[in-house]
Amino acid sequence: MRVPPQTLVDKIWKRHAVVALDGSETLLYVDRCLLHEGFWWNIIDALKSRNLTIHRPSNAIACSDHFVPTTDRSGGFAAIPDERRRDLILRLETEGTELGVNVIGMQDERQGILHVVAPETGITQPGMVIVGSDSHTSTHGALGALAFGIGTTEAMHVLATQTLWQSRPKTMRITVDGRLPKHTTAKDLILSLIARLGIDGGAGLFVEYAGSAIEALTIEERLTVCNMSIELGARAGTIAPDEATFAYLAGRPHAPSGAHWDAAVAAWKSLRSDDGATFDREVRIDGANVTPMATWGTSLDQTIPLDAPVPDPAAEPDAVKREAQTRSLAYMGLRPGQYLGDVPIDYVFIGSCTNGRLDDLREAAAVVRGRRATVPGFVSPGSRAVKRAAEAEGLDRIFIDAGFEWRDSGCSMCAGANGDTLQPGQRCAATSNRNFPGRQGPGSRTHIMSPASAAASAIAGRIAGAAQVPA
Amino acid sequence: MTPFRVLDAVAVPLGESNVDTDQLAPSRFLMRPVFDELLLHDRRYERDGTPRAEFILNDPAYAGAQIIVAGRNFGVGSSREFAVLALPAAGFRCAIATSFGDIFTSNCYQNGVLPIVLPEATVEELLAVLRAWPGLHVTVDLPAQTVQTPACGPYTFAINSARKACLLEGFDDVALTGRYRKAIARFEDTYYRDFPWLA
Repeated sequence: MRVPPQTLVDKIWKRHAVVALDGSETLLYVDRCLLHEGFWWNIIDALKSRNLTIHRPSNAIACSDHFVPTTDRSGGFAAIPDERRRDLILRLETEGTELGVNVIGMQDERQGILHVVAPETGITQPGMVIVGSDSHTSTHGALGALAFGIGTTEAMHVLATQTLWQSRPKTMRITVDGRLPKHTTAKDLILSLIARLGIDGGAGLFVEYAGSAIEALTIEERLTVCNMSIELGARAGTIAPDEATFAYLAGRPHAPSGAHWDAAVAAWKSLRSDDGATFDREVRIDGANVTPMATWGTSLDQTIPLDAPVPDPAAEPDAVKREAQTRSLAYMGLRPGQYLGDVPIDYVFIGSCTNGRLDDLREAAAVVRGRRATVPGFVSPGSRAVKRAAEAEGLDRIFIDAGFEWRDSGCSMCAGANGDTLQPGQRCAATSNRNFPGRQGPGSRTHIMSPASAAASAIAGRIAGAAQVPA
Repeated sequence: MTPFRVLDAVAVPLGESNVDTDQLAPSRFLMRPVFDELLLHDRRYERDGTPRAEFILNDPAYAGAQIIVAGRNFGVGSSREFAVLALPAAGFRCAIATSFGDIFTSNCYQNGVLPIVLPEATVEELLAVLRAWPGLHVTVDLPAQTVQTPACGPYTFAINSARKACLLEGFDDVALTGRYRKAIARFEDTYYRDFPWLA
């Protein structure tokens, strides 16, 4: 009998199905569980309260990233001013080590944001099921893994059993053909997709990104696209592994080596959707139509091209969106019809699991080089490895000479959990992933955009794209 | 986990869409245990901690509410379970909305909170009734999968049968998975033989 064509998601799913119950629930085997100090204590408290132990501790990876400071790191733990944050970082690092978990602590030279560290150390591999106590676990789909965020109770379940109950996935393929125009980045692509499909466009779906424009992306660019799949409402976003993926992984510390490498690559090559595979939803866009984008409002669908006016709720036919737009305009202090290019900013944040990688810093540095920022801002490289690599090619000097602070690595001002926050009412051009009310501190106003656009905005003192920066 | 069967309680017509996890449980409170005032903290309280009288959750007409009714995309964003835990801490056991964030929904099931999806027109009708009669009780019947008030409904809702059974019994997934320990061990034997580099 001929095997019906399967999607990439189907193939990974079947390989990991331990038990399939009647109806839709599957007990799915989990390869790696990603953890951070923000929720470690909740997960371990839950585990201990049930007298459970960690089934395969070395398959759990824990990074200190949410609460770590981005300044004064040479002072070590003692220099962390907030006692509760310090205690929770120390708890992860001491307890995690005792329990045999793969801990990458604050002072470790590999330290960084979980979703930057796992790919760059080769922990993330094609065909894996990766879960994490963080919604941006979707990032790891860029290497052909099935990766998604879960809650702390589910993470406790994964640690105890190495499995998770999941409903059989519905799938969506987003095909992007053509070429992204000049000054248009992977960030602009994913923002365009969210603007077009909505923040619930991927709800309940496992998304596969495909097409020539996706294949042309570097691995770091693919990580940016998959990272924000959660902002599309998707369970996960994934991209079939290809030669670029294998080349990226070769030689990384946790990647397979020797005979295992050859066997792994052979297995990875089968990880693509078969011709004729069917998806529950298909979307196709032309990459050539994507332009630099920024959010104007407080949800990720409130995103417009940099040269477009802020929408007028009166022109919005959908009553729910109209109400949401009206609320967002008031929160953001904007008027309908206003151009983002006319909106002055107070601050610039370059970093995060979305855009804190070396390519991102190069993209921003190329805009900043030889110019001066007119508003304060800082760069937080996504990991200490990214920071070292950036310094080796002099990117730190470019940012510092332009007036930026060059800081240490962590989630930082993306969510402000470490205390890196804006003042109420301050407006920030940010390369992170969420523009929610209060995300960067109570009353903060966030405009999400690409590293190139954030850098250009720093120079201009108002929201700008790389094409608008004067020579 | 407390079983969920029939809930008859005051419902708050919040109505808004895109109530994200950062609003439900702001990041700066994630390093301390869940507390009663966490839910929608920055919407409910001024910076000095005084309640914002104009915010609906502070309206005495809805005192003791256990059901919250919202629009689209309730609980989108972060995986933080605090966004769900804030609900029971503030007295809520059920959220009704047009749609929910996927991770938020999973987290509800792990904590005995019932997330109910109803069509937009139904949610609008329910909101209108609750606004017309502030403090009106809503009856959520999980065994029958219905929502009704004295003035509207019953509306039926869908729920995955496994999730329904767990809520009714107050079971969580760990108890269920315990039955499959041998199946997991057998799976691992084959899996790590086929994919030794993943061990």
